[in-house]
Amino acid sequence: MEKIVIEGLYKIFGPHPEEAMRMVRQGRSKDEIMEKTRHGLGVVDASFVVNAGEIFVVMGLSGSGKSTLVRCLNRLIEPTAGRVIVNGEDVTRLGKRALRQFRQKHFGMVFQNFALFPHRSVLRNVEYGLEVQGVDATTRHEAAMKVLKQVGLKGWEESMPDQLSGGMQQRVGLARALALDADIMLMDEAFSALDPLIRRDMQDELIDLQEKVQKTIVFISHDLDEAIKLGDRIVLMKDGRLVQQGTAEEILTNPADDYVARFVEGVDMSKVVTAETIMKKSDTMAYMKTDGPKAALRKMEKAGISSLFVGEGGRLKGIVTARACRKAADRGEKSLADILDTEIHMVTLDTPANELFPLLADSPHPIAVVGDDGHLKGVIVAGSLLAKLSEVSRNESGNGNSSESGS
Amino acid sequence: MMEFPKDIDIPLDVWVDGIMEWVLATFGGFFDLLGTGILYLLLHTESFFLWLPWPILVFGVGILAWRVMGSWLAGLGMAGMLFFVGALGLWDLGMMTLALVVASVIVSLAIGLPLGIAMASSDTFQAIIKPILDGMQTMPSFVYLIPALMLFGLGKVPALFATIIYAVPPVIRLTNVGIREVSANVIEAAHAFGSSYWQILFKIQMPLARPTILVGINQTTMMALAMVVIASMIGAKGLGLEVLLAINRIEVGRGFEAGLCIVFMAIIIDRITFSMASRKKK
Repeated sequence: MEKIVIEGLYKIFGPHPEEAMRMVRQGRSKDEIMEKTRHGLGVVDASFVVNAGEIFVVMGLSGSGKSTLVRCLNRLIEPTAGRVIVNGEDVTRLGKRALRQFRQKHFGMVFQNFALFPHRSVLRNVEYGLEVQGVDATTRHEAAMKVLKQVGLKGWEESMPDQLSGGMQQRVGLARALALDADIMLMDEAFSALDPLIRRDMQDELIDLQEKVQKTIVFISHDLDEAIKLGDRIVLMKDGRLVQQGTAEEILTNPADDYVARFVEGVDMSKVVTAETIMKKSDTMAYMKTDGPKAALRKMEKAGISSLFVGEGGRLKGIVTARACRKAADRGEKSLADILDTEIHMVTLDTPANELFPLLADSPHPIAVVGDDGHLKGVIVAGSLLAKLSEVSRNESGNGNSSESGS
Repeated sequence: MMEFPKDIDIPLDVWVDGIMEWVLATFGGFFDLLGTGILYLLLHTESFFLWLPWPILVFGVGILAWRVMGSWLAGLGMAGMLFFVGALGLWDLGMMTLALVVASVIVSLAIGLPLGIAMASSDTFQAIIKPILDGMQTMPSFVYLIPALMLFGLGKVPALFATIIYAVPPVIRLTNVGIREVSANVIEAAHAFGSSYWQILFKIQMPLARPTILVGINQTTMMALAMVVIASMIGAKGLGLEVLLAINRIEVGRGFEAGLCIVFMAIIIDRITFSMASRKKK
């Protein structure tokens, strides 16, 4: 379901954006427009859709316009042109009062610098959103206590923000946004100010929390690893423009241009490339009930492979090798039962590549990749895994080189 | 040497006189009404302080000073100074001066806080008010006495009026600064949660600006005290008048007594309000 739809969104900073708009539409560069009109480009022609219940990551280096973009969603920054449609309602058309109510109802926001209210206790910080809505004291107290417990801050209600560590302050920030019970969370570099260990914890907790609360989350980040970890889908920004959008894997394995490729460099590919990308598609297999050694051999010859998975009643049972089949056929055996090797590894489609290495080292046989229903989808042999990984990293360095020679 | 041409002579003094006459003729009734209102406030404040039994005030000041300054010695010192004013036989005059200060601070806050808030929310308004405040503060304080005298005649009312004009700038200025100093991130967060202008003002800006505003109130109070002494020249009774009389008659001892009382009262008011401003909210 479409939750947020952005259509042709522009943000130009300055008092008279018309001239700059014209130049942008002509495709002039950010620097050129700055020089000619003294107007800065924030966001240029952004269009995308965020689905309900997903974590949508907007990624880019600092100055790429990602923070501006997210502030255009709740109009903390007024967009110059374009539409922002949330739950079917055009946010850009709301009057002042309606906008305030819309923010109260639909947007929880978490900030990079926490932006807690320093004169209010943790509890009163978390209550703030409800207080502004005019919710009575008992109700908002209960709601605040509930989310404080969710983010692991039970017992800290009466502390002041400056008595807490950075990680805990951001938990307060998170709780403050959650307490509204809004359906959308805007998280502007929410974890960037935290040190790496705490950041990882917070990411894990966000993922856990998201399973429970099922919000639509727009997450801003400059950290690709974070984007990959959290994002169901990712959009990459550069100089205010959207460069590429898709799943982490789509962006990593198939970068749209040099910029994305450079961004993607340095990411450990074996973490993001999954079994599905690496496997050789295959549904050739033998069946316990109907196939004997000779039939299995014929199937292997036809497919050009030296071992064959064997199934029974739709489930994988084991594997037979061509060698064993030939010997069994020579002995005149009719069944595969005696030569079946049941010591095989099965993985699902989304298993990351780095988990495949130990499995391959452990067993002489290929790895079976199965779907959710247990049916064979493909096979992975050591050669294809290495080939795929080197292919992906060659793509990267290839792009990297060409961009260097280009600049 | 070249003399400045005598022909160039802008008759600003004539114009100002003209304006004053016009103001008097046109708004005379308004100023009468205003004067009556101010007098009403002042008389009530004064009769309250004169009614207040001296031990209660001395003890009250001692305890208040002890609480806000966090030292019983300070409390004892403040109470001692106030007692000394009475011991010199200047209690009633001291109370009149105090009443004038309190009344002018009340009016100054009633004018200054809203103006400071308005200044903080509009850059244009700030640009207009700032030079006016600069002028009000750099103008010699005696100058205010003349128009005040013309508008309200002799007595307490013009004294209070002149005092307010002299004392109101700090509270306006520091309210403005205090609100503007509140971090933009925090304000943005308040907006993101759908707060209205007034909610941001009262729930976020004013509480965070509180220490700065209290410093402004402290300064306003001190300036009011300073002006009250000068204002006695146009008929406000109190310690200032005592000093004035002593000067006229060249009575050094009498002048010293009254002067010392003013200094003591200044110390008491300043220390207590300053401690209130700098005290961290627990």
